[in-house]
Amino acid sequence: MTYLLNVENLVKRFSDNTVVDGLSFHISPGECLGVIGPNGAGKTTTLRMCLGLSTPDAGSITYFGNLSMPKEALAIKARLGVVAQMDTLDPDFTAEENLLVYGRYFGMRDRDIKARIAPLLEFGALTSKAKARPGELSGGMKRRLSLARALINQPQMLMLDEPTTGLDPQARHLMWERLQTLMQEGKSILLTTHFMDEAERLCDRLLVLDHGKKIAEGKPRDLILQHLEPDVVELYGQGALELAGESSPLRQHAARVEVSGETVFFYTAQAQPLLMALQAWPHLRSLHRPANLEDLFLKLTGRQIRENA
Amino acid sequence: MTHPTLNPTHPVAPSDWAVPQLSMRWWPVFLRNLLVWRKLAIPSLVGGIAEPLMWLVAFGYGLGALVGEVTLGEQKVPYILFLASGSICMSAMNAASFEALYSAFSRMHMQKTWDGIMNAPVRLDDVVMAEMLWASYKALFTVTAILGVMLALGLGHSWKILWAWPVLWLVGITFSCIALIFNAMAKGYDFFTYYFTLFLTPMMFLSGIYFPRTQLPDWLRQITDYLPLTAAIELVRPLFLDQWPAHIVANLSLLMGVAVVSFWVALALTRKRFRA
Repeated sequence: MTYLLNVENLVKRFSDNTVVDGLSFHISPGECLGVIGPNGAGKTTTLRMCLGLSTPDAGSITYFGNLSMPKEALAIKARLGVVAQMDTLDPDFTAEENLLVYGRYFGMRDRDIKARIAPLLEFGALTSKAKARPGELSGGMKRRLSLARALINQPQMLMLDEPTTGLDPQARHLMWERLQTLMQEGKSILLTTHFMDEAERLCDRLLVLDHGKKIAEGKPRDLILQHLEPDVVELYGQGALELAGESSPLRQHAARVEVSGETVFFYTAQAQPLLMALQAWPHLRSLHRPANLEDLFLKLTGRQIRENA
Repeated sequence: MTHPTLNPTHPVAPSDWAVPQLSMRWWPVFLRNLLVWRKLAIPSLVGGIAEPLMWLVAFGYGLGALVGEVTLGEQKVPYILFLASGSICMSAMNAASFEALYSAFSRMHMQKTWDGIMNAPVRLDDVVMAEMLWASYKALFTVTAILGVMLALGLGHSWKILWAWPVLWLVGITFSCIALIFNAMAKGYDFFTYYFTLFLTPMMFLSGIYFPRTQLPDWLRQITDYLPLTAAIELVRPLFLDQWPAHIVANLSLLMGVAVVSFWVALALTRKRFRA
C-alpha cells in the first residue's frame, strides 16, 4: 500500500539546536494521524517542513507515493488542504469572496469555484454569513471558514495545526463533528493538538513527540494500555502531598505515584484496596477514574511545566 | 579541491540568491489585491491624487508667480510646467513606495495573507512578483489620473506626453522593487520612516523636481546623475516640453538595471525572512 505521506529520518537544526531529530512517520489513506507533544517538541517545525515552508537538513518527505517535498511542492499543494494555527483569512473580503479568491490560487476557474461556495459554506454552518467579513465572525466561525477554504480544491489530505485552540466548547464540538464527517468521506488528516480529548476522539493513530524525537506511536487505546495502569486515583486537599512519600501507607496499593502541583496521582491495576485505605483520611478529596491520554502524555513528557517552553 | 559527498536522501536547501522562479501564478495574487482595492478605491484615489495636485497648485502657482520662468539649457520654461513634469515622477515613486512598503507589509506580516497564499500552489517568488507588479500598477493608476487632471488644466500640450505614461510605469516598477527590499528587512512599520527620511526625501530634493540640478554644487550634481528619480525626470520632463529626451538609452537602462537588481535582492531577503 502506498502512503499518502511518508516521512523518513527528518532532521532540522537551528544553529546548534536540533529541533527535529531523525523523525519518521507515515499516513495511510483514510487515516487521521495526531501529532502531540509539549511546546517546543518540534510539532510546528515538522509541519512546516511537510508543507515545504522550511527545508529539512536531512531526511525525505514523500507524498502520494512519488512526489517529493520540497522539490515538487506545487504539485503536492494542489492536492492538500491546510488550516494554519493562525487564521489567514482576508479581512477585507466576505466569507464567499474569501473562498473565491483562495480557489483562484489553485488555478481553478471562477465558474468551478462558485459552484463549490454554497456547499462549502453550508458544510461550515456559515450559509447565513456568506456576506459577512471575518471581523464579524466568531472564533469558531472563522475556524470553520478556514476549514471550508482549505477544502476548496477538494484535497486528498488535510493538514490542521491546532484546529480548535482558542475555541469555546460548543465551537470545538462543531469543529470535531465536521472533521469526523470529512473522515467518513475518506479524507486523510494530519493534525497537531494540545488537547488530549481531541486526539482521543479524532485520531486513529497518535505520534508523541518530545525534543524532536518520536517517543511513542500507536492507537490511543493501545498506547494507554501499553504505558499505563488502567486505574487512576487522584487525591487532593490538606496533607495529600505527605501521602505521596516512600513511607506512605498508601504506597503499597499503587504501582506508581506521581505528584503534580497539589494533586497526587496513584496509578494502579486494582483501585479497591487503595480506596478502602483512603477512608482513614476522610477530609481528603479523591477521584477515581480510568487512565486516559492526558496521563499518558504527562507520563511520557513529564509533569513539570517546562521552562522556556 | 574536494567536493562534499552528496547524500541522496539529503535535501539541498536552495540558495536564497537562486534565480527567481517565476510563473503566471502571480496573476491570482494580483487579482486579490485588485479586488480589495476596488472596495477602498475612493479614499485611496483622494489620497493618491488630491495631495500631489495641491502641492502642484500651491507651489506651481504660488511659488511660480515669484520665480517666473526656469532656464533649462537654452530654453525658458514656466515654473509650473517645470514642477508638474518633475512632480509626476515623484507621484509615481511615492505611490509605488507606499504600496510596496506599508500595504505589502500588512499583507506579509500583519495579516499573514502571504502565508495563506503559500499553502496553495503559489511560490513565494510569484507572491513577491505579484506585489511588485501590483505596486507598479497603483503607481500607473495614480499617474494616469494626475496626468488627466494636468491635461485638463492645460499644463501640457504636446502629444509626446503620451510617451511619459509607459516611462512612469517603469518608474513605478523600479521604486516598487527598491521598496520591497526594505519590506523584506522590516520588523515593523516604523522601519519605513528611515527609508522615507534618509532615502526618498533627499532624493526628492536632489533630482531636480523643485529646482534645476544646475543649482547644486558640481560634485553633488555628478552624484545625482545616478539617482533613479533623476533618470525618471530626465526622461519625462522633455516630453512635457514637446522635446525628445537626451540619453534615452542610458536613463532607461539605469531604471531597468536598478529594478532588476533590486527585485533580485528583495526576493533573496524575502526568501531568507520566510525560511527562518
